[in-house]
Amino acid sequence: MLRLVAKRILAALPNLFGVVVITFALTRALPGDPAAYFAGGAATPEAVDEVRRALGLDRPLPEQFLRYVADLARGDFGVSLTTGQPVAREILTRLPASLELVLAALLLACSIAIPLGVLAATRPGSWVDHLCRALVTLGVSLPVFFTGLLLAYVFYFLLGWAPSPIGRLDPVFSPPPTVTGFYLVDSLLARDLGLFRSSLAQMVLPMATMALFVLAPIARMTRASMLAVLSSDFVRSARAAGLAPHTVLVTYALRNALLPVLTTLGMVFGFMLGSSVIVEKVFAWPGVGAYALDALQASDYAPVQGFVLAMGVLFVLLNLIVDLAYTLADPRVSIDA
Amino acid sequence: MNLRTVRHVLADNPLSAVGAALVLLLVVVAIAGPSIAPYDPLATNAAAALQPPSAAHWFGTDSLGRDIFSRVLVATRLDLAIALSAVVVSYTVGVALGLAAGYRGGLTDRIVMRLADTIMAFPLFVLAMGIVAALGNTVANIVLATVVINLPFYIRLARAEANVRRNATYIEAARLAGNTDLRIMAVHLFPNVLPPTMVQVSLNMGWAILNAAGLSFIGLGVRPPTPEWGIMVAEGATYIISGEWWIALFPGAVLMLAVFAFNLLGDALRDIFDPRRRI
Amino acid sequence: MTPLPLLEIDRLSLEFRTRDGVVHALREVSLRVERGEIVGLVGESGSGKSVLSYALLGISDRAARITGGAARFGGMDLLAATPAELADLRGREVSMIFQSPRTALNPIRAVGHQIEDVLRRHAAVRSGDLRDRAVQALREVAIADPERRYAGYPFELSGGMCQRVMIALALACRPALLIADEPTTGLDVTTQAAVMDLIVQLARERQMATLFITHDLGLAADYCDRIVVMHAGQVVESAPAAQLFASPRHPYAARLLASTPREDTVLDALAPIAGSLPDLRRADLPACRFAERCERASTRCRSEAPPLDAEAEHAVACWHPLVEMADA
Repeated sequence: MLRLVAKRILAALPNLFGVVVITFALTRALPGDPAAYFAGGAATPEAVDEVRRALGLDRPLPEQFLRYVADLARGDFGVSLTTGQPVAREILTRLPASLELVLAALLLACSIAIPLGVLAATRPGSWVDHLCRALVTLGVSLPVFFTGLLLAYVFYFLLGWAPSPIGRLDPVFSPPPTVTGFYLVDSLLARDLGLFRSSLAQMVLPMATMALFVLAPIARMTRASMLAVLSSDFVRSARAAGLAPHTVLVTYALRNALLPVLTTLGMVFGFMLGSSVIVEKVFAWPGVGAYALDALQASDYAPVQGFVLAMGVLFVLLNLIVDLAYTLADPRVSIDA
Repeated sequence: MNLRTVRHVLADNPLSAVGAALVLLLVVVAIAGPSIAPYDPLATNAAAALQPPSAAHWFGTDSLGRDIFSRVLVATRLDLAIALSAVVVSYTVGVALGLAAGYRGGLTDRIVMRLADTIMAFPLFVLAMGIVAALGNTVANIVLATVVINLPFYIRLARAEANVRRNATYIEAARLAGNTDLRIMAVHLFPNVLPPTMVQVSLNMGWAILNAAGLSFIGLGVRPPTPEWGIMVAEGATYIISGEWWIALFPGAVLMLAVFAFNLLGDALRDIFDPRRRI
Repeated sequence: MTPLPLLEIDRLSLEFRTRDGVVHALREVSLRVERGEIVGLVGESGSGKSVLSYALLGISDRAARITGGAARFGGMDLLAATPAELADLRGREVSMIFQSPRTALNPIRAVGHQIEDVLRRHAAVRSGDLRDRAVQALREVAIADPERRYAGYPFELSGGMCQRVMIALALACRPALLIADEPTTGLDVTTQAAVMDLIVQLARERQMATLFITHDLGLAADYCDRIVVMHAGQVVESAPAAQLFASPRHPYAARLLASTPREDTVLDALAPIAGSLPDLRRADLPACRFAERCERASTRCRSEAPPLDAEAEHAVACWHPLVEMADA
């Protein structure tokens, strides 16, 4: 088992390396003068030259790459021009906000999409089935920024049910003491229910926007997988053995059907990390996406590259976790796989 | 594919006819564009700013008094053009690479797949952002970024198809006749791979439009005052929260409709050409 | 007075409603299985053998409709039973095993746990004893090292072992009837013999009736007490195995015998049966569905279905049965 885990981790390393290479390429090896980017739009030619020397941009590419990797290993992602702070630190501070949103949205999406897919598969031709299929077709057409705005318009402006989309907390509250960085968790740990409720209320709309976006692929996969499993030989055997419908559905059908859904989650994380940039913009959510966007608007490039790198690394890690979870869940996965 | 299959698919799923009709409408609007817009999409009129939909302005006016309906119409051309060029280029390059990888195997395969895997190691939208940020904020770079993040999709598709056909007898025959690899791939493999890959193009168009609009929404690529669906939604974002819903809603709705239409068309094409993949 | 048969099917008819029309899968099928008897149900693919057993157990496809007849198990009316009653019956009184044993087992659940699932459902076993009972079930089907195999997964077992596990599962609660649907198809010949020997041995030991469904007449001949021959959803002949082979009376059964290779068959003597199964969606099927392939058919065969006396020892459904032939 440990060997399997180690093998999976090893398999992720080339991807990590690829991420680093591409981010490096994005910063250095492309047309234009990277030094000018890093010096900023208002820099004089002398300042640009100085930046060039300081960042080692006048050295040969392979040497630049090694310096880049060495910097990364030390946690040096560069410095933001607009805030003057090290990019790595700013990203780390904002990462919990983005992660909390992504994880909460995933939880919400799964809790709707999986039962929906299961119901659609066990009741083919029913209204649930048609609802599921309509959702899937519509879901892949939804522009995430548009749904976010619509939700804000309907639930905040028209109905007044949701709070104003101005970030993680109502200004009245101050953040809970940091344990995990997740406001929901930390407020519960600090036993501050009012804070918890406010955090949750602020999160509802962005969470729902992101969840809507990924409902479709999860529901589609669950339905397809469930349909295939329900008509399989072993489910027929389970029925023929007179096992209770609940046992057949859950222990025999669902557990098998969820395996492909688990692999879908990797792809889903990708969509969510990508769309988090947009969702954070629409709802003024102080995550890494918003940070990168602000920097982009100010032509401050180090944060943008740090963001791309961080997202790449995060995605590789998340995929690894999904991979490991699958390896543990499916006893058939062997070392040769 | 024959007429009977087409009719069968349309009868089975009437929405696909709707999709095809919508796509046709979009293409017509894209081509006709500025000539059918009632107002000049760039003409500002401070006095008529922020007006809700009316008989004079079907979609209302924005903060600078520009007619939103005209802007949405004209934007069709830009959005479709961006998506189409991105899809065409990524199709060409991706299929070529994928065929090479699938047909030749070995080192070619490993290199191409490593490229595809590395691109896919990123959340694609983030990578697109990074590419545009690095290369410069222009429409051409939006197209380039979309091409890059779309490549793995076509590479894998073409590679899978090439793998299946690699040992087919007619390929074997062409090889024995002394044809070069390039000739075999271009003349023998590609025409057979065309139907299943073409199906994906329509599905991909919808995704490419979403992607381009998303990038414009966050301020990359298209600059004001150019009318483009994504940027128009961004312009309307601040206003929708305070009740002026029409500025963001109409471009967003049209965007959704366009993507939906291409997806419907793509589903219909898939049912006609490749019914095994139906979900 | 003859004792009540364990399983009694009386003129059962079943159809499937499909998008391409109604498939008349079973027509007036009559069949009896006595306690402890091993009956072989033989016929070509598509003759309705499996459909019949699914219908009895209540696990037919959604599109299936029973359109007539009766079925009784141990006196209980199977067709009038509720799904819950049938579920109670399955696995406890009547069990079924299938072909392709590896795919018929849950691939991600330890085989021992799968046996426990059945025990937990049907037998009043204390949870502490479940494991022992499961291991015991594995031992009874001659699986070596049952303690270790208990925790194994189907993909770790050979095809023959998977089938033994299936048998252990099916027999865990000592059912009175075992339906074995092509249990040896896909296994190599040696394993086939081993599995069949095991089934027959267990059946004899426990006085368990067995309905052995197969398309392999030779296999049926070797292991069954009685053989029922089906064609296109109809029972055409039913006789003790020896009698059927000595003197088949239905033209189809005779042809089937003639086309089955045995150790002493000369290759030239093998004669395939002309034609193929009729399309069961047709509304104009002949009353005897073999009529179009039969050289003895008359107009009566097409319009009037020949009856089958299910209680007779050697029953045949034919207007023009073959005369008893003297030893050749």
